[in-house]
Amino acid sequence: MTRNKTILYALILAFTFVCPFVFPNFGTQLATLWLMIIVALTWDMTGGQMGYNSLGNIFFYGTGMYVAALISIGMVYDVGDYTNAAGGGIYAFTDAQYFGGLFLGIIGAGIFCSVVAVVIGYLTFGLRGPYFAIGTLGVAIAAGELVSNWDWVGGGQGIALPVYPGDLDTGKIFFYFLFAAVGVSVFVFVKWLYGTRFGAAINAIRDDEEKSDAMGIHTLRYKLYTWAMAAFFVGMAGGISAFQLIHFEPLESAYQTINLGIFMVVCVLLGGKGTLWGPVVGAVLFHLFKEVTWNYLLGWQWVALGALIVVTVVYFQDGVMGWLMHKRPEWFGIRIEEKIAEETE
Amino acid sequence: MDQILGNIGLLLEFPVVNLKIVLDGIMVGALFALAAYGLALVWGVMNVKNLAQGDFVISGGYVSWWLVQHGFPALLGVPIAFVVMWGIGWVVYKLVISRVIERDLFTSLLATFGLAIMMAQILNLLFGSDTQSVDLDYDVLYFFDGFIDVPIAKLIGVLMATALAAGVIIFMKSSRMGQAIRATAQDARAARVMGIDTEKVYAFTFSLNSAICGAAGAIIVMVWVIQPFYGISYSIRAFVIVTAAGLGNLPGVIAAGLGIGALEQYGAHIFGIGYQQAIAVMLLLLVLLVRLIQQRRNRQVLK
Repeated sequence: MTRNKTILYALILAFTFVCPFVFPNFGTQLATLWLMIIVALTWDMTGGQMGYNSLGNIFFYGTGMYVAALISIGMVYDVGDYTNAAGGGIYAFTDAQYFGGLFLGIIGAGIFCSVVAVVIGYLTFGLRGPYFAIGTLGVAIAAGELVSNWDWVGGGQGIALPVYPGDLDTGKIFFYFLFAAVGVSVFVFVKWLYGTRFGAAINAIRDDEEKSDAMGIHTLRYKLYTWAMAAFFVGMAGGISAFQLIHFEPLESAYQTINLGIFMVVCVLLGGKGTLWGPVVGAVLFHLFKEVTWNYLLGWQWVALGALIVVTVVYFQDGVMGWLMHKRPEWFGIRIEEKIAEETE
Repeated sequence: MDQILGNIGLLLEFPVVNLKIVLDGIMVGALFALAAYGLALVWGVMNVKNLAQGDFVISGGYVSWWLVQHGFPALLGVPIAFVVMWGIGWVVYKLVISRVIERDLFTSLLATFGLAIMMAQILNLLFGSDTQSVDLDYDVLYFFDGFIDVPIAKLIGVLMATALAAGVIIFMKSSRMGQAIRATAQDARAARVMGIDTEKVYAFTFSLNSAICGAAGAIIVMVWVIQPFYGISYSIRAFVIVTAAGLGNLPGVIAAGLGIGALEQYGAHIFGIGYQQAIAVMLLLLVLLVRLIQQRRNRQVLK
């Protein structure tokens, strides 16, 4: 790593730490931005690097929410009683119970989601291209519908979790740093992963699955591992969201297929598919666009978002990073020999 | 669990209930089959998977509903919705679809998903989020001591759907344009060599699909209700049907449409109405899995 790069990374890390204190009014917004970065980076693991465009990663987000909530409740009370709206009982959590449940819940959500990813992946990874996208979208929608009919976990009403014990502003900063910690670890993890043999193998699957199969790469195993890793981080992000939102319900906030489920794909396409920084840049741009339209174009925000999706997909599919790579190849260490360039012209 | 067993018992105790469920299912299924046929057409001819299919249906419904609000007779809504949605389909083709045909399939899937979000929200802004329907003042026919009720409006709807499907089939079989569409579906490059303007064929096919959906929507608004965000459920069902039946298999699409209509009604009766959407999606997954296992059997391995 060159010195410039080290300074750049240090600056970004420092900015991450200072951000919630410099902009105290945007605590929740910044936490959501980290959430977008996490889901975009993990989507790019399968979508950009492995060539499997999943529309169902939101399934792990929703499942992570539910698992984290159920673990933290189940450690103290009976879940069926807790979620029963007619019960009317008062359920208090001590600080130790709250934080213990929170951390165990988040970790448990991650582990549970990666196990589920292996099971679902085993069934769906035979599907190729758009069929994989439709199949995973189907899994996410079906899960949302089934959970909203499952009374034990609160049915369509969802679950209300305890509020953060302590000051409201401290709570916002606490959740910001939880998201930021997961986000930074995802970034460091994928940066390392893409440089290993494993990264080369999943890139080979993207480029030509039959050939990489023939070259001795156990494709199904690689696909399952990659999806399980992505699911681990998305599940943790879902678990954090559950505690941050306090109350969530299945269709609009947990398995929000047409909101976050599609946003993460757009973030990656906007930033540049299959690049390290693309998902991060895309998530920042997309979040900015979303918040601006939500504030100034109320009512038309969904139209603007739909238009953004269409325009990105149809006219600007390489994304910001792809465009930069084309315009400024020297920034990416790609050198064009002047002489050869002249000759070919 | 007891409730589910009770519902199954009811089916065995009163066989007439089965007949009612099947009839209802066929009526719903006929309209699903129309939307699915349009999808199969676009999918087969230009290799575009249109996730906005359901939103074209709902838009057609709103065209008809708006006309009725302004004093037009309800039955006139179907042909007018056909024409209006033809125009909208053409505009959508020129702006978006024409640019994604040559791209990979995920691009068209995502682009039409964005389109679906836009259309649903524009309908919501124009007409509000209430459910709407058009009342037809026709009688209801009763059979088997009132066990089975068939509103004449629904009968008219099914008849119109059948007539539309028949019209499209005859058109595809016998007209020059129909021939050109079928030729392009077989091999676009060869068709171009033979002097067929494939760009025109694509535009025509997509407009035709949009018009079929629009007419289906105009029928739906007469017999059920529509709402701006109902589109996605029609899209999912269209995908289930086409995936199950295969492309270019018209009798298959119709049979699958009717079958899924009936299956869904059975599922809703047995498990409760809350599971209706879930059942449609589970059917999609089931179809995909069955197809996967079928293909796995064909896969050859060197040992």
